[in-house]
Amino acid sequence: MTVEQISQQLNLTVFGGNKGLNTEITGGYTSDLLSDVMGFAAVGSVWITLQTHKNVMAIASLKDLAAIVLVKGFTPDPDTLAQANEEGIPILGSKEQSFELSAKIYNLLN
Amino acid sequence: MEFKFHVEGGDFTSAGTASSQIKKVLKQINIDPIIIKRVVVALYEAEVNIVAHAHHGDIKVKITPQQVYIRLDDEGPGIENVEKAMQKGFSTASSKVREMGFGAGMGLPNIKENADIFTVRSEVGKGTTLEITISTVNNG
Repeated sequence: MTVEQISQQLNLTVFGGNKGLNTEITGGYTSDLLSDVMGFAAVGSVWITLQTHKNVMAIASLKDLAAIVLVKGFTPDPDTLAQANEEGIPILGSKEQSFELSAKIYNLLN
Repeated sequence: MEFKFHVEGGDFTSAGTASSQIKKVLKQINIDPIIIKRVVVALYEAEVNIVAHAHHGDIKVKITPQQVYIRLDDEGPGIENVEKAMQKGFSTASSKVREMGFGAGMGLPNIKENADIFTVRSEVGKGTTLEITISTVNNG
């Protein structure tokens, strides 16, 4: 399932990084601790978090993540968004909180 | 091949610059993706440690056919108890750093897990030197 398909099915906001919307999602990781994601998220995962600063993009890029989804209506910082567009890694948003959103994405992927 | 980077303490917006550049180089020279991942995780964590704790630091990365050797020298407060700092969950990070999702006490353990050889030398009030070696040859 691609980032775009998940985004459409769950009615997510696409803030930026549209170039990567066709990337295949192979799993998910839910965490707000950056070192946790750095150490343990798998390639091709969608990362569910409430962190909005630019370092999330650095991690997404270094770990070859498929996309980031911000929860609870959070929006990316301007420099985060700029880097998402530059790297072509989609940054999406949802009004829901991490637990619910993770469950829905899990169900779509499994 | 040798690369040098300078890191300023507190400059979170450029954290990851060295890791990102080294990742590109290792990809270009066709290093095993599993090895690249290990280098990237270790280097990123070490870079963030300088940003989060030190005044400034210098990173040297030396890539040879056998290994990636990384040395990070910083000037800063140093580490009072290296053994404690190596424990998962132990952190001295500020609340600002923690709010960003850093400072969870996972940095040094993450480096250790991904390095083949990892040494930490630190002098309180002066600074810290990390040496990280990751072999690029498949030795099982």
